[in-house]
This record gives sequence, structure tokens and C-alpha cells, in this order.
Amino acid sequence: MTDPAAPAVPPASTTAAAPEATSAHPAVNLDTVVRAAGDPDREQPWADLGLKTDEYDRIREILGRRPTSSELAMYSVMWSEHCSYKSSKVHLKQFSEIPQETRAGKMLAGIGENAGVIDIGQGYAVTFKVESHNHPSYVEPHQGAATGIGGIVRDILAMGARPVAVMDPLRFGPLDAPDTHRVLPGIVEGVGHYGNCLGLPNIGGEAVFDPTYLGNPLVNALCVGVLRHEDLHLAKASGVGNQVILYGARTGGDGIGGVSVLASETFDADGPAKRPSVQVGDPFMEKLLIECTLELFAAGVVAGIQDLGGAGLSCATSELASAGDGGMHVDLEKVLLRDSTLAPEEILMSESQERMMAVVEPDDVAAFLAICAKWEVEATVVGEVTDTGRLEIDWHGERVVDVPPRSVAHDGPTYERPFARPDWQDALQADGAEALPRPAGGDELRATLLRLVASPNLADKSWITDQYDRYVRGNTVLAQPADSGMVRVDEETHLGVAVSTDCNGRFAKLDPYAGAQLALVESYRNVATGGAVPMAISDCLNFGSPEDPAVMWQFAEACRGLKDACIELEIPVTGGNVSLYNQTGETAILPTPVVAVLGVIEDVRRRTPSGFEAAGETVVLLGETREELSGSEWAHVVHGHLGGRPPVVDLAAEKALGALLVDLVGVATSAHDLSDGGLAQALAETTFHRGVGVSVGLDAVHADPFVALFAESAARVLVTVPAEGVNELLARATAYGVPVAAIGRTGGDAIVVDGQFEIAVDEARTAWAATLPAALG
Amino acid sequence: MKVGVVTFPGSLDDVDAQRAVRIGGNEAVALWHGDADLQGVDAVVLPGGFSYGDYLRCGAISRFSPVMGEVVAAAGAGLPVLGICNGFQILCESHLLPGALIRNDHRKFACRDQRLRIEDTTTAWTSSYVAGSEVTVVLKNGEGAFVADEATLDQIEAEGRVVARYLGGNPNGSLRDIAGVRNEAGNVVGLMPHPEHAVETLTGPGTDGLGFFTSLAVWAGVAERTFA
Repeated sequence: MTDPAAPAVPPASTTAAAPEATSAHPAVNLDTVVRAAGDPDREQPWADLGLKTDEYDRIREILGRRPTSSELAMYSVMWSEHCSYKSSKVHLKQFSEIPQETRAGKMLAGIGENAGVIDIGQGYAVTFKVESHNHPSYVEPHQGAATGIGGIVRDILAMGARPVAVMDPLRFGPLDAPDTHRVLPGIVEGVGHYGNCLGLPNIGGEAVFDPTYLGNPLVNALCVGVLRHEDLHLAKASGVGNQVILYGARTGGDGIGGVSVLASETFDADGPAKRPSVQVGDPFMEKLLIECTLELFAAGVVAGIQDLGGAGLSCATSELASAGDGGMHVDLEKVLLRDSTLAPEEILMSESQERMMAVVEPDDVAAFLAICAKWEVEATVVGEVTDTGRLEIDWHGERVVDVPPRSVAHDGPTYERPFARPDWQDALQADGAEALPRPAGGDELRATLLRLVASPNLADKSWITDQYDRYVRGNTVLAQPADSGMVRVDEETHLGVAVSTDCNGRFAKLDPYAGAQLALVESYRNVATGGAVPMAISDCLNFGSPEDPAVMWQFAEACRGLKDACIELEIPVTGGNVSLYNQTGETAILPTPVVAVLGVIEDVRRRTPSGFEAAGETVVLLGETREELSGSEWAHVVHGHLGGRPPVVDLAAEKALGALLVDLVGVATSAHDLSDGGLAQALAETTFHRGVGVSVGLDAVHADPFVALFAESAARVLVTVPAEGVNELLARATAYGVPVAAIGRTGGDAIVVDGQFEIAVDEARTAWAATLPAALG
Repeated sequence: MKVGVVTFPGSLDDVDAQRAVRIGGNEAVALWHGDADLQGVDAVVLPGGFSYGDYLRCGAISRFSPVMGEVVAAAGAGLPVLGICNGFQILCESHLLPGALIRNDHRKFACRDQRLRIEDTTTAWTSSYVAGSEVTVVLKNGEGAFVADEATLDQIEAEGRVVARYLGGNPNGSLRDIAGVRNEAGNVVGLMPHPEHAVETLTGPGTDGLGFFTSLAVWAGVAERTFA
């Protein structure tokens, strides 16, 4: 595919420095450490760089002088909200109270590394992480989304893993809003083009529409990587004399200030004027970087490694140096540039994509450069590990940075932001959807099902997912629209992993504590329906401005909810990402704590499909249905209503249900989670799978047929079992303490609800499939 | 038989093609774009992907790689060559096959399960099939619309060189629903869809694509047709 925004020509030369391409001359008026000491009162643009008064004062205190302009650049990007988590870390630290182990044992790497790593048995480990790229994707949808994929893939790669799959939880404004038609196609094309060009299957995700995302779409990206235990690599610069090598794409002017300007300030009306801060992705270079890096790992020539993402060289040098045992010296003029006019400050702040930094023993440098040459990836020695304990950066022999690396990477400010339960929360919770007028009688229930199945959040998403390659690498066992994405890890033993991402922001608005837990249990359930054992989570916490105490309360409650649920479900948080300032003017997005759960399945050939496979099987509902309609898709679509309390969270019930689902592998012929849209939507989706119809009765579900069909109670799954397996299934469900009811039978070509209505599967599917194409073309 | 699979910078489905070659009963040999050496293989697959990022016309840079000099020479001498997706584009750029592949008419990348009719079973890569077989394989491309001038299209139709045609809707605007073509001799085949993703029921829409990888033995006269 041709992408007019991407560089037109691959790099021609292969290794080492091409002198004419680096900055050939020292800058006039270079702000050096010597000059800073002799010129203490010089005015500095710290406010324009996003620093607050007390933060600038703190930098002066650390250095005992004013910072040079290069140092100011580094501190400003590294102390930004995006990099320093300064508003969120007081709440995030409670995740470390969760035991740092999975069912398979201690985590191999946890929070604080580029991505957490867990043992999945047979000598394999898996790393996965979900991150946000929200603000860049609003400014420039294609490149913003594309570079979001690129960034998370490099995080996974930097752990020593081969990236094997991606997923993309996306959130947009209303489907019929004009700006959605600008933002959505570009974001989908960006995710698709970048991921497709990397050869990574896209195995699932979400596409959710809500008015609060209109001026602030959410683009979250998840990547899963697989490695052997012995291949684990960490980001640290140790061993005095080891060489520091920058490799991959050249450094350009793109993304300068992206972190501090874009990720840490709320959009004003003039948002698009920030276009130059968004980076431009080159997926071809990233593909070369992946293969080159994996070959470097295999050759044993990498002592430490870090990807370059937000904050670019400022982040990589300071984090590598502070995680090591000494210091680091860098000659910045050796960095290969796309634009020879860049100043040292700009080189340090540049967020040019597709770059990695490795620490290499001197004897391995030649082999390292040879492998880079094979893959036509440019690489340059830019510095070395020292014993000074300082991060020292020179520009043509003059020192422009001399800082304690930890002070840049880890000693950023910590805010105890005020938070308070908003005064409108009580009124919101008092306004339950249970009081709204309901459809009555078969005809109205039938019309409601058809309306909901065609509503944007419940409709077929293949307009989006058909733009993603889900087959490449040949290991995709389940992909969208299945409950979870599942990939085979080993072709001989059939070991595999499953991942799902979920969040209902409306539930989180009604009760952020319960809403975050509902996101977690839905994802947990989705992994278990396929037959995988849930092992660990990664989260992407998307919220509004932390300067708003109500938003900060939502964030604190969501973190507390996740922590409590993780402890109860015995799964650790392996890492994740926080995205704040997601709001337009005074309007914050729905609190959106996206939770990704990763599970392990011993034999992917035995996974449970998500839809009806054959006629004549018994349909069984697991779990209890309550009159829970607040925050539901029905209330949203039919009444435009949001109020009340979200469905009850019963962690013990979720845990028992999850264990039962894993135990039903080989017994159940299909399993599908009940969530958005309730039983009605589940019946529709399971029949769409192979066109096998169904006939059910609602008496055993709930006394009110409407509640039975449209309530969104948690801890429920629809399963099928052949006639001869019914007793076995009932016995096992009872043994696990899971409420169970046989409600019908598969077969025919319609969805038949006894005594209420009948809809041909084709009619429902036509309505379901038409919505996105009609809106988006 | 030994089947080489070439890896270009940006090749993506090379591991998949190697797996399909093995499942098809052959030995897969990894070939590198920079080596002018076919390592004595009996056939070559040019896999899918985005070689050189497809920033220039798809396949326009890869055709100049050292390995392609060998492939073109060997194809002229009868070596079976299969180009899939990006590989098809490279074969067209190398003038081993007629026509060209341009951007999909709907301007979007498309990934879906695609029905095809196998029209020509005389080639090295389709001998396992019975003419007229309808198969389902994976389709995934952004620049998959096959085009040629009318005279060329008439000629390849008259010579029976359309190897496979799309059924159930043209996914990309290919002229005359053409999904794959062959050269005059039948040893070189280009195919836009991906049979290598339809060789295991677990990971694809079925096993209908396997015939492309079992055909070599049939073509060489050492095995029977396996696909009806």
C-alpha cells in the first residue's frame, strides 16, 4: 500500500555514522553547563514547556544552578504527566499490594519494566501491555493511531519478546457525528496499515461510541509478545566501558514536545494547530527493527535495551542510566539526523519513531553492527557506560547535560491531587433506568432486539476489523468477533494464550469502583469462555483532567476497585498506562479503565468457540439474571439515559464461573459471555456465528421477559452442550456453585423466544451488519 | 521436493508459506533476498508482505534484489515459481507475468475469507485441484486489483491462463474477477489471495489452500490429485 505521509525511500546506507548527516557544526550560542553556571538568572521558557513554578525550582535545587536548555528539555518531557505519572502514582502504587505472582508462579518482570512478563509454562513466557495514544489520534488520526501501535510493539520487543499479536480498544463520538467521520476512518486505517505492515495479526479489540468521546477519541493499543525464559532482557546500562548504540530510524523534528504539549494539556478549541507535534510512523522500518533486534538477542550481543517512545532520547538515556550501576556519557552530535539543523535540545526531545537504544559490550560491537547491516538498519555508537553516576551529554565536545539520571527518570514530582466524590454522584445514582418505560409484549420486545442489535455499540464491527490482517503468522485460533483473541504459541505442544480487553465507561461513570471491577470481570470471563485460564491483567486508565477533584475521585476509586478485584481473583497487574486530560473544555470523557486479561490454554485445539456450532444442542444459561438495567445499552439507545447503579459485582461468582468454564473445555460446544445488550444480544451473536438458529424460553431466566432479555447482570455466560452432555454440565455447574438453567435448543434458522416473538437469523444479521457501512461508506 | 521461500525486507507471510510448504509434504528452504543463490531448490515461493514498505509501486524495488535475478533465469528454464500477494506483484514487476496490481477500488485494505474458482489445473501449483473446484482461502490486500489492457486480458483468457477467479463478490475491483494468472508454460503462477493461510482448520477458514502446496508432486508426476 502506498502511504503518502510516510517516507518514500528506505534507508540506503547500512551502518555507522555518515558524517554529513549528523549535525556538522556546533550551535551558535550553545547553552552549556559552564554557561549555565555563569549566567544563573537567564530567563528560561519552562512554562512554555509545561513545567510549573515549583517544578522548575526543584530542578534548580537538584542541579545547584539553573538547567541548561538541554537539561530543561529533558526534565520537562520526563516530568510531564505522560512520562512521570505525577498525578496518578500515589494511586497506582497500591497495585504492588497485589501478590506479584500468577497461578504459574512469580512474575518474571513486573510493573516498572517496559512491560510485565509472566511464565506460561514449557519454558515460555509472555509479555503484554496496553497503552494509550489518544491525543495524537485526535490531532492526526492516521499517524496518531499508527504510532500508538508502533510504540507498544517496541515496548514488547524491548523485553526480548517476539511480538505475536495486537488488539485495539477504540472509542469514538457518536457514529453519526461529522467529526467521527474524520477521526474513525483515519484511526482504523492507521491501526490497520501499521499493524498489517508489521505482520502482526490483529485479534480483537473494541469499538465503542459515546458523545463524551467526540472531541477526545480513545485509541488504546495492546501488544502480546512471546519469549523463552532465557531471552528476557531488561532496560539497564551496566558495565563500565560498555558501548551505547542508537539504531533504527534517524532522528528528525517530528514529535518534538509531543509528550509535554500533547499528552499533558487539555485540548482547547484550536486543537488542530498542534499538528507538528504528532510523529510520523514508518512501519517498514519497524518491521526491520523487529527482525534485526530479535537476531541481535539470538546472537547474545545485547547487554541492555530500551525502546525510544515518548520523550525519545531523554527517556532512553536517563532510564537506562538510572537502572544501571554507573553513569552514561553520550556524544550527541553522533546521533544520525534526518534534519541537520536540529539543535541539541530538539534532538533530546524528538519523538521520531522506530528507534532503539542498546548497551553492548565492546567486543560485541562489530557483531552488533554487522547484524544491523544485514537488515539495512542504521546503527551508531553514541556513548558509553561510565562510573561517574552522572548522565553527561556533550555536543561537539561541550557539555550540555550533567545530571543525576535518576532525578530525570524517577524523581519527578508526585502530586497528591485533591479528590472528592462529586456532588452530582448521588443524584446520578438515584436516577435508575429501572424506572424507565419498558417494551411490553412480543412485538415490542422483537422491535427492541432489532433496534439494539443494529445500534452502533452492538452492531457488526467488521467494517473496522476487515481492514486488519488477522491471519498473518498463521497462529490465530480466535479473533474478533469471538469473545477473546487466541493465538497458538507452540505448534508442537499446542500451548496458547488468549486476551480480551473490555470496559463499559457508563458503568464506571455510575460507580467508578464497581465499573472498573466490571471491566475486569468481563475481560476475565471472556478469556475463560474460550477455555483459557486467566493469569494477569494490564490496564489502560483513560480519564479526564486530574485537576478536577471529581475526575481524580473517579480515578482513585477505579484503582481501588481494580486492586481489590485482583486480590480476590488472584491475578496481578503486570503494567499498563494512564492517560489523563481526556476532556474537551469542561466535559470529561466517561471514566474508561480499559482492562486486558491474558489467559493461558494448554491445548488451543480444545478451545471453546463463541457461537452455536450445530443444531439440536441444549442451550444453557450460567449465572443469575437480576433486574439490572441502569447503564445498559437499552437505556442508552432507547432512552439516551445514564443513571442509577451498575450491575452488582460478585467476584466469588465470577471466579467460580471462570473455573467452571475452563473445566467445561471438551464438554461445552460453545460459550459466549453475556454483557452489553444482555441475553438478547448474546442470542443474536451466537446465531450469527454459523447461521444456526435457536429457540429459548425465558421463564427460568427472569419473571419479566424484558428483564430476561435486556438486563446486563454480570457473571453470566451462554453455553451449548450436546444432549448426551447435559447432565454432566449441570452436575459440574452445581459442583462449582454456579446457577444453571437449560433454556432452549439450537436449530432452525430463526431466533425464537417462546410465547414472545420470532426473528429470522438473516433478518437480525442484516440489521446488525448494515449500521457501520451505512454510516461510514 | 525442496521449496525455497524468499524473505525480502518487509516480507510477512514467509513463515506461513514455509509452514504450508511443510504441511504440503515438501521441505521448506529459507532464501534471502540479498543472496543470488537458490540453494538448489526445486521450486520457489515469493510470499506476501510489504516488501520495502510498498512505499514505491508494490514489488518495484524487490524485483531488483539479487535473488530475483536467479529466480527470473530459473523460471525461464522451467522452475516452478508461486507469487502470493506481494509475491504476485513482484512477478508482475519482473515481467514474469502479465498485468499489474493496483489499489483496491474501495480504497481500503480488505481481509476476509474469499471463495475462488480454480479455473486452470495444468500449472505446477494447481495440479492437485480438479478444474472448476470452488475453494475458500484468505484474502488480505490493499493493492490487489488485477489490471491489464483489453488485448492482454483477451489473450490470457484465450490461452486459458486465468488460474483462479473470485466468486461471491469481487473484493478489490480486479478486472474480469481475476484472482490469479500463469505464464505460458504454467510453471509461474501469481495469486492475490493467500492459500498458505488455509492449510489448517485451526488457524484458517479450512484446508482448501493446501492444494497449492501439494500440486508440485502431482505436476512432477509423482503423486495423484488430492483435491476435488
